[in-house]
Amino acid sequence: MSRMETIAPPRPQVSASARVESGSVKVRARAVSVFYGEKQALFDVSLDMPEKSVSALIGPSGCGKSTFLRSINRMNDTIPGCRVTGEIAIDGDNINDKSVDPVLLRAQVGMVFQKPNPFPKSIFDNVAYGVRLHGLAESKRDLDQIVETSLIKAGLWDEVKDRLSASGMSLSGGQQQRLVIARAIAINPEIILMDEPCSALDPIATAKIEELIDELKTNFCIIIVTHSMAQAARVSQQTAFFHLGKLIEFGPTEQVFTNPRDTRTQDYITGRFG
Amino acid sequence: MTTAAGKSLIGTRKPHLADSSFRVSLYVAGAVVVVVLASILLIMFMGGRQAFETFGLGFVWSTEWNPVTSVYGALPAITGTLITAFTAILIAWPIGFGIAFFLTEICPLSLRAPLGIAIELLAAIPSIVYGMWGFFVLAPFMADNVQPWLTELFAWLPPVGDSFFWFSAPPLGVGLMTASLVLAVMILPFIAATSRDVMLSTPQLLKDGAYAMGATRWETLTGVVIPAVRGSLFGAVFLGLGRALGETMAIVFVIGNATRMPDSLFAPSASIASVVANNFPEAEPGSIQLAVLLGLGFILFVVSFGVLALARLLLRQERMA
Ligand SMILES: Nc1ncnc2c1ncn2[C@@H]1O[C@H](COP(=O)(O)OP(=O)(O)OP(=O)(O)O)[C@@H](O)[C@H]1O
Ligand SMILES: [Mg+2]
Repeated sequence: MSRMETIAPPRPQVSASARVESGSVKVRARAVSVFYGEKQALFDVSLDMPEKSVSALIGPSGCGKSTFLRSINRMNDTIPGCRVTGEIAIDGDNINDKSVDPVLLRAQVGMVFQKPNPFPKSIFDNVAYGVRLHGLAESKRDLDQIVETSLIKAGLWDEVKDRLSASGMSLSGGQQQRLVIARAIAINPEIILMDEPCSALDPIATAKIEELIDELKTNFCIIIVTHSMAQAARVSQQTAFFHLGKLIEFGPTEQVFTNPRDTRTQDYITGRFG
Repeated sequence: MTTAAGKSLIGTRKPHLADSSFRVSLYVAGAVVVVVLASILLIMFMGGRQAFETFGLGFVWSTEWNPVTSVYGALPAITGTLITAFTAILIAWPIGFGIAFFLTEICPLSLRAPLGIAIELLAAIPSIVYGMWGFFVLAPFMADNVQPWLTELFAWLPPVGDSFFWFSAPPLGVGLMTASLVLAVMILPFIAATSRDVMLSTPQLLKDGAYAMGATRWETLTGVVIPAVRGSLFGAVFLGLGRALGETMAIVFVIGNATRMPDSLFAPSASIASVVANNFPEAEPGSIQLAVLLGLGFILFVVSFGVLALARLLLRQERMA
């Protein structure tokens, strides 16, 4: 996609806070703005998220975290009237380029939602869904294997291996959330987006998901939206703080939490607003 | 135990009059349905008893309908009813479903509301208007264009037994096929509007889940939305079927009103409802003819009930599978 060089807008100057030194960049956002109709929800966001690590997006409700997250797999395309400008590049390729098929893009960028959303199918078919859709299994054995390893990776195998044909809806909330994570990793994406994946879960289920995120980061680039400061601190390597549609601060998690550069970040993480 | 306000929490609150009278009126409303249903069934059966007694099982099973010799068998009318209703569903279902899909997923936002309203207006057209349209517009068109063409196209179809020849018949215009088409047009808006509502009710989260897996719109619809709302979609279809089984006015115009076993899909025929409508004015009180018509009403009731019950049964099995 070298054509991109000619059509992309001139690179805006990147502020120091938008750079993270460790690891190579997986997702690069430059001057990303998002509009819902006339209303602008995201203003000129630029940041680099490295591969094989967890980036957390935090900020008060309505500040545009989900909006930003959904522009990384172009889910915003499915919302009538929503418009994204700027450049988002995965491994250097601009995903907003005309030649990019959002359907193929989404096969490479998995997404986990706030509430678990298993399909009204069996546990097996839920995990097999994307594999079948994209023709990733060569045989039935192959498919069985993929489903099993995905469920193992998602830490759900032991709990469901005896009832793979039961409905995915029959699982508990925490199990359902791990099921949809298994569904997402079954097609071997490079990036996994998680939008408040634990907000509907109890502390034990949350701990399991966090453990899982920690393991998954050895293979995937994970971007997670969370309202829990503690969770961001526990699972992420870098943290981005959004406020009123703008990226205020982005840096190593430790630094953002212990020594924020911006007073708004300081106020937010110490609970003074939001 | 007392609250801060000093009121006791023990004991029961004074029952509210509004509450209990509301409950009673709900029970009454529920009971009315059952009573009306039962009394209709009973009256039809009592009225038709003479017919069942005279002809026995032959009333349902005999193909002979001859007012001159006072022999009445209902099978031709039952056959006509079932053929027209099911053919109509076969035609209207895919089209209605396509319209619903178009309206929910493909149609530009600005056109959705007007098109939706147009479809609901179609459903509000009185059936006699459909009947006249069928007779004056559709029937001649069928006779001149569609029937000769279909007859030729399906000439190779082997007949069922030696009495039913599918599409080979003189092009009369009126008949089973025209009636089915009119019925299809009539129930189409029902199926389209209900399926649209059902599809719109699918949680966005579920659709997002499919899109996020890299599914196209079509794959999302067929793989996730439809399985999720399958039951309600069947409901939409059976609502249409129920209407098609009992439709009278439109059918009387275009079915041809010949109470004999149809020998093709183009044959002039009759449905239970059309037979009753055609013969009711001449049926003397107390005559066997009147008993036959009431008996037919009873049969129609049972047929409709049976079809709906069957649908529910199939649905339940589907859900459990
Ligand atoms: N589909 C939509 N149509 C119109 N406006 C929207 C839509 N989705 C979000 N917005 C607006 O965009 C802004 C950012 O919303 P977004 O959902 O990204 O916030 P968020 O940071 O994820 O909030 P939360 O923490 O509550 O999930 C909000 O002002 C919201 O009202
Ligand atoms: Mg959100």
